[in-house]
Amino acid sequence: MADIKLTDVNKKYGGTVHVLKDINLEIKKGELIVFVGPSGCGKSTLLRMIAGLETITSGTLHIDNEQVNDVPPAQRGIAMVFQSYALYPHMTVRDNMSFALKLAKKSPQEINESIDRAAQILQLEPYLDRLPKALSGGQRQRVAIGRSIVRDPKVYLFDEPLSNLDAALRVATRIEIAQLKEQMPNSTMIYVTHDQVEAMTLADRIVVLTVGEGIGQVGSPLQLYERPENEFVAQFIGSPAMNLLPGRIIATGEQTTVRIAGGGVAVSDAPSKSSDENLQVNVGVRPEDFTETSGEDYIFEGEVDIVEALGEVTQLYFKAQKGSEPIIGKLTGIHSGLRGKTVRLTATTNKVQVFHQGKSLYYR
Amino acid sequence: MDGIAGKSSRLTWAVHISTVLLVALWLFPTVGLLVSSFRTADQISTSGWWASMFSSEQRVVIRSADPDDFRVEDNDAFVVSGNLFSEASGKEVMAWGTSSRDIEAYTPGDVVDLGEGESITVDTNGTYSWQGNEEQLSGRGKRIFATVLSPPDFTLENYERVLLSGDRTDGMTKAFFNTLTVTIPATIIPIVIAAFAAYALAWMQFPGRAILIASVVGLLVVPLQLALIPLLQFHNNIGIGKGYLGTWMAHTGFGLPLAVYLLRNYMVGLPRDIIENAKVDGATDFQIFTKIIVPLSFPAMASFAIFQFLWTWNDLLVARVFLIDATGETTVMTNQIVEILGTRGGNWEILATAAFVSIAVPLIVFFTMQRYLVRGLLAGSVK
Repeated sequence: MADIKLTDVNKKYGGTVHVLKDINLEIKKGELIVFVGPSGCGKSTLLRMIAGLETITSGTLHIDNEQVNDVPPAQRGIAMVFQSYALYPHMTVRDNMSFALKLAKKSPQEINESIDRAAQILQLEPYLDRLPKALSGGQRQRVAIGRSIVRDPKVYLFDEPLSNLDAALRVATRIEIAQLKEQMPNSTMIYVTHDQVEAMTLADRIVVLTVGEGIGQVGSPLQLYERPENEFVAQFIGSPAMNLLPGRIIATGEQTTVRIAGGGVAVSDAPSKSSDENLQVNVGVRPEDFTETSGEDYIFEGEVDIVEALGEVTQLYFKAQKGSEPIIGKLTGIHSGLRGKTVRLTATTNKVQVFHQGKSLYYR
Repeated sequence: MDGIAGKSSRLTWAVHISTVLLVALWLFPTVGLLVSSFRTADQISTSGWWASMFSSEQRVVIRSADPDDFRVEDNDAFVVSGNLFSEASGKEVMAWGTSSRDIEAYTPGDVVDLGEGESITVDTNGTYSWQGNEEQLSGRGKRIFATVLSPPDFTLENYERVLLSGDRTDGMTKAFFNTLTVTIPATIIPIVIAAFAAYALAWMQFPGRAILIASVVGLLVVPLQLALIPLLQFHNNIGIGKGYLGTWMAHTGFGLPLAVYLLRNYMVGLPRDIIENAKVDGATDFQIFTKIIVPLSFPAMASFAIFQFLWTWNDLLVARVFLIDATGETTVMTNQIVEILGTRGGNWEILATAAFVSIAVPLIVFFTMQRYLVRGLLAGSVK
C-alpha cells in the first residue's frame, strides 16, 4: 500500500565489488514487481536493501515519499518471506504469527483476530498449535506468508519463496500467491526469483537485473518477451534463448532489412534511419517464431545437427558456425526426417528484433 | 569405508569389545565404591566387594554362655543352652568342632560325647546344648569352633555416621552444603555472562569483534595456576579476602573462556534468516537474545552447565586457595575427603562412603542431562 522509489541506488562491497549499479525504479502502490536475473546479479541484495537488512552504499530509497535509507527494518512497514521460511523452530504456528504483534504491544484480542483472519486465508486453522517441524514444506511456506499477513505491512517482500518446494507444490503455491495478491489488491509486493515461469506468471512488471550493469529492462512480462530492450534481456527471457544472427543493414526506413552473414535476409518492423545503412547489427529471432520455408526469402539456412522431438514441438539444433552458439529452431507439431538435411527458416517481420551494439533499434 | 551396502565392517567386533571394556572400566570402581560404602569394616577386611552379594563362609570361635551363671539343673545333670549367634541373623552352621585341631569335626545336629557323661550338640541354626555334671559345667564357657555361612549383609551405619552424626572429623553434611553453595552460583554466573557475550560476538557488528574472539580462544590455553596468587592478592586488596564471593568470581573467570567459545560457536551456527526475520518483526537485540537465541541455544548452554558443574564440584585447588580459611567452617567435600584420608586412612568403609556421597550428585547430573552433553558437544561441529 505504498509507493517505493529507488534513486541512483548503488551497492558496493569493500569499495571494489560493485554489485548493483545506478538502480532507478519506481514501484506503484498495489503492484506485484518481480526481480529476475542470473545468479550473482544482486536481486536478493536489492530486496534486502529495501527491507533494511543491507545498507545502501549510495542513492536514496523512499517508501511513501519518506526517505528510509537509515530507518531500521521494523519501522519501514515491510514484511519479508525468506527462502528458508525462517520460522522460529521453538514456537508454535500461532506464536510464530503473533511474535511481531506481541512485540508491537497489540492487544490480545487484536492479535487473535489477525491470526484467525490470516489462518483462514491460508487454510492454516488446523495447524495453529503445531511446531514448525511437524509441518510439510508447503505448510511452512504458508506459515511464513501468514506471518507477513498478520502484520498488515505496506510492502511484502518475497525472497525466492518457492525455491525449496518440489515441482508440483511450487506450481500450487505459485497459484496461491497469485490468488493472495488478488485478495489484497492494495498491497505492494516485491518478489525475487530466478525462475522465469514464476516471473512471467505472477508479475505486473518484471525488473531484469544484469550482472554489474544495473537494470536491464523494466516492463510487463509480454513487453519483455516481445520487445526486449537489449540483447541481455532478449536472451534471458524465453527458453531456449533468442537466436542472435550477425549481419549488416542493407535497407532502412519504416522497416529495416538486414543481410545475415553467410546467408539470408531478415526484414524487421524496427524503424531505422538512412544513416544506419551498412551498420553491423545482430538480428534476434526466438526459436518458436521460426517457420520452415522453401522460398528464397529465408533468414537462416543451415544443416540440422540434432532433432529433439517433444511431440508438441520439434526443436532443431543447427551446426554452429565458427564457435558461436548453435542456432535453434522450434517448429510446432511433429517433423521427422530432418536430421542432416539443410533447412531454411523465416519469421514474420514483427517478430524480428535488430540490435546494434546490444541495444534494440525499437528503443532508440 | 563402512556403511556401504553389501559390505559389513570387519571391525564391528573391535568396536563391541572396546565398548564393553570402556563400560567395565567405568563401572567397576563406581559400583565397588557404592557396595563398599554399605559394608562394615569387618566385611571389607575379610572379603572383596564383589563377594558381598553371595553368602560367605566364615570360621568363628564362639564361647558358650558361662556355666556358672547360666547352667540349669535338669534330672541330676546340668544343661547350658543358647544360640551361637545373636538373635535372627540368618547365619547357618555348616560344620563345627570343639578342638582347634579339628574345627570341622562334626556336622550340625550331632550329639558329641565328651566323656564321663558330658555331651554337646549344635544345630544348623546355632542353638547349642551342653550337658554334664556340676563339675564339668563350671568355670568358663565351652569353646565352639564353627564354620558359618553368613548371608549377604549390608548396613546403613556408614551413611548414618557420615551424613547424620554431625561428627566434625567424619561428617560430610556441612561440606556437602558448602560445595553446593560454591557450585550452583559458580555454574549459573558464567553461563549468564557467556550467553550475552556469545550473542554479541556472534551476531552484533562492532569494531574489534574478531580480535575479541581471538583473545577468547587465546585465553582457553592459559593455565589457571598462573592466576592463583595474583588473584588472591587482588581479592585481599579489594577486601573480599577468602570466601564464597571470591570463589564464585574465580570459577566464573576460569570458566568464561570456554563458555564464551562454546556458546558463540553454537550461536553463530543458528540460521541468519531467523534472526533477520526477528529484526524485520521489530525485535530489538535484547528481545532477539531472550526470545530466539536463548531458547534455541539451550542444548549448548546445558552442556556447558554440566561441564562447569562437574569441575567446580570436583575442584580442590580453587577452593583451597580462595575459600578454605583457618577455621575450616567453609570446607568443601573434596577437602573433607582429603582430611578423612588423613585421620582415618585405614577405615575404608568411611572413606568409601564419603567418596560416594561426593560423586552421587555428579552422577545424577550426568545421567539426567547426558543427552544435552552429547548434543552440545556435537553442536559446534555438526549442524
